Amino acid sequence: MSEEYDNNKSYQAQSSEVMDGSTGSVNPDIDYVRPSEVGEQELYHPHSFIEKWVFCQDAKVIGVQYFLTAVFTGVVGLILSWLMRLQLGFPELAGFMTAEHYYQFVTMHGMIMVVYFLTALFLGGFGNYLIPLMVGARDMVFPYVNMLSFWMFFVAVAVLMASFFVPGGPTGAGWTLYPPQTILEGTPGAGMGILLMLISLSLFVIGFTMGGLNYMITILQARTRGMTLMRMPLTVWGIFTATVLAMLAFPALLVSAIMMTLDKVLQTSFFMPTILKAGEVLEYGGGSPILFQHLFWFFGHPEVYIVALPAFGIVSDLISVHARKNIFGYRMMVWAIVGIGALSFFVWAHHMYVSGMNPWFGFFFATTTLIIAVPTAMKVYNWILTLWRGNIRINVVMLWCLGFIVTFVNGGITGIFLGNVSVDVPLSDTYFVIAHFHMVMGIAPLMVIMGAVYHWFPLVAGKMLDEGLGKWHFWITFLGAYSIYFPMHYLGFIGVPRRYFEMYDSPYMTSAVGMNEFISIAAFIVGAAQFILIFNIIKTLKTGKKAEQNPWKANSLEWYTSTVPPEHGNFGERLPVVHRWPYDFSVPGAKEDYIPQTTAPSEVIHTEVEKT
Amino acid sequence: MHAGIIFLLVIIGSILFHIFTPWYWTDIASNWKGMDDTITLTFWVGGGVFVAVCLFMIYCVFRYQHKEDRRAEYKPEDKKLEKILTWATTLGVAALLAPGLIIWNQYVNVPKNAIEVDVMAWQWGWQYRLPGKDGKLGTTQVRNIADNNPFGINPDDPFGKDDIMVESDVINLENNRPVKILLRSVDVLHNWYVPQFRAKMDAVPGTVTFYWFEPNKVGEYEVLCAEYCGVGHYAMRGGVEVQDKADYEAWLGEQETFEQLSARYEKLNVDGNKLAKK
Repeated sequence: MSEEYDNNKSYQAQSSEVMDGSTGSVNPDIDYVRPSEVGEQELYHPHSFIEKWVFCQDAKVIGVQYFLTAVFTGVVGLILSWLMRLQLGFPELAGFMTAEHYYQFVTMHGMIMVVYFLTALFLGGFGNYLIPLMVGARDMVFPYVNMLSFWMFFVAVAVLMASFFVPGGPTGAGWTLYPPQTILEGTPGAGMGILLMLISLSLFVIGFTMGGLNYMITILQARTRGMTLMRMPLTVWGIFTATVLAMLAFPALLVSAIMMTLDKVLQTSFFMPTILKAGEVLEYGGGSPILFQHLFWFFGHPEVYIVALPAFGIVSDLISVHARKNIFGYRMMVWAIVGIGALSFFVWAHHMYVSGMNPWFGFFFATTTLIIAVPTAMKVYNWILTLWRGNIRINVVMLWCLGFIVTFVNGGITGIFLGNVSVDVPLSDTYFVIAHFHMVMGIAPLMVIMGAVYHWFPLVAGKMLDEGLGKWHFWITFLGAYSIYFPMHYLGFIGVPRRYFEMYDSPYMTSAVGMNEFISIAAFIVGAAQFILIFNIIKTLKTGKKAEQNPWKANSLEWYTSTVPPEHGNFGERLPVVHRWPYDFSVPGAKEDYIPQTTAPSEVIHTEVEKT
Repeated sequence: MHAGIIFLLVIIGSILFHIFTPWYWTDIASNWKGMDDTITLTFWVGGGVFVAVCLFMIYCVFRYQHKEDRRAEYKPEDKKLEKILTWATTLGVAALLAPGLIIWNQYVNVPKNAIEVDVMAWQWGWQYRLPGKDGKLGTTQVRNIADNNPFGINPDDPFGKDDIMVESDVINLENNRPVKILLRSVDVLHNWYVPQFRAKMDAVPGTVTFYWFEPNKVGEYEVLCAEYCGVGHYAMRGGVEVQDKADYEAWLGEQETFEQLSARYEKLNVDGNKLAKK
């Protein structure tokens, strides 16, 4: 935004600009946009089926590939969660499941959902599809590297899935992979399982770096004329900041994976102290298990925001479009995203208050953690203030957004419990933690993903998803997920610890049995409800209503492509030129209740649009 | 049905659930009531914000539902409102952080009169050691651990000789006397956790960690391992018996010291050798 914006000046037609009221021609200077300094990117168009759909360099196809692969892993993660809930709610029906199985399912569920599902879906899926379209580029800046990024991810998923079939099965170390148990007998999958997990994670990081460089440089270097940083949709801001976080955080995961692999294979002792096992002292000594935790959470906490920030960005755009109102406090939203991203590197040890690290760290990390609550709360206020005095369409997309606000605020507030060091002491390692992080980084981002799918499906497929089915999908998912995780906090209050295969008969925990059964039933239903979406997609692709161009009457560039769905190169002959931010909804004086980003000021001369 | 009504029912349901829940804290049996109080405070402040935000959202959904002939307000920013909200939130967060830090300060500063209890964890069980008459625990090393030295006490350390060995997964504690729990592990991470005491800390191999509490209710409690430690994690239970001073001292008198234990094993060895010679 330029400096005029600070003064809140309205950009109204000056009488001097209107040469003649009857012709309506105006001073052409107000439409001026700096010419491009570099020529256009040359695209490599596919010549065969394989180049078009398999080894494809078009970011949109790569986005869909990422999306589908991530959804596949998500379905695996979902099935694993069913098996866990079967054991917890109805152990008599889960006779086939040993404690080994249970811990393997817990571990794989966690790792899949956090890394291979959510991260890949938001950045690889939505990032690839939306970034070039939203910033007005023909493609990512390094299309070939982008293609490699997906295939590296694909191999990482294949290696991960292969670990289900090796002797000993996949690792059952918990998704945090805390040493020393991770690589010792006594933990399931301590042989091949953990090695494949570490290899898969390393491949993921390598592949992700290739993609991440693309997202960052495309956003910084390939924006179309007039698309200033402060005119970018918040979706792009969210994905951009998350990518920067990922570039800085994933190396910590990579080095810890490499060191752990060395500890496992070559008996080095990065993380391994002197250990007595089955009466024998092992060939380790001097390593620090807590060092691993610091490295892991130096990655792991920004990882939370790598998932959350794209969700924040996307939901801002969805709310604004469907409330027909500009996003409230755009600049505050941008700085909140950037600020949360920066702060997220200073809070990692709040996962370790009771880890045995120097307890004096607690003061520092509790303070930084609670500071993050402020920009996060500002975002929440701005979402609901965007609804305020809006003109809200209560459609499926908006329902998912409202569901997001409820679950995110709920999960954010339980975060204040856990971040506040001494409050964390009784609650850490209990079901309260599980309830908290599922609400805030499981369900809330999932609500955004679903909203985004319903919102952008007409663009990707050219057809409108069925609203009726969508409403069933939403209500079952929202009400079901809320009734899984809201009561679960109270199990944590009782003190029920995480990662327990069964509770036996602890006297004060017998009352938890009834709740566990209830939660399990809800989990089965919510999981099954996701197949409504798959059915809806298949049905829509076959017989669905054809979507008109820009069915939601949005302003951002992805809806103004030459064809729907957009073809390779996105924008036809000429790239669009941007004259405004994407949030000019319901501008007084305008004929329609939206003004696309490509609309020149001279075309809307009689409106009271604020200059952006 | 109108979406707003369902959301409203969800919020009302949440409040009712909290009021009528049969699932809540176990009765506290230690000095950490401050933790419970901070949770309660956070609950009311946080819960208030949650309900307020959701109700405002629901109000907007009712009040500003889409009408073809209406336009939304066009007002990109409201600096004053944003400033008020920022400062109000900052104050609220600081008000929650302060008691949290005050209690943490108590948590990391162990009272001088606390009795030390060495909790040793392994896959998958617990055992305990108390200081003897000298009031000091002997130093230990994992490599020293053997049948005749289950805690790995350094044989040359004079403080170790009178250490009291509790080779059981149940430890007795004196009521109303602060305890400093020293945590050790010989293999992987563990965590010695009694829900009624509220406090916990990981046991980390290669180092000694600690926390403290003061039990204030006579009774028997179950110990749970709260840090995932492999396939036997869920079965890694132990016990605590909190007793009055007299009962506790009677129990203490029955326990064996390191010296006695060593002597017993030496005798066993001598007897064994004699047996072998015959």
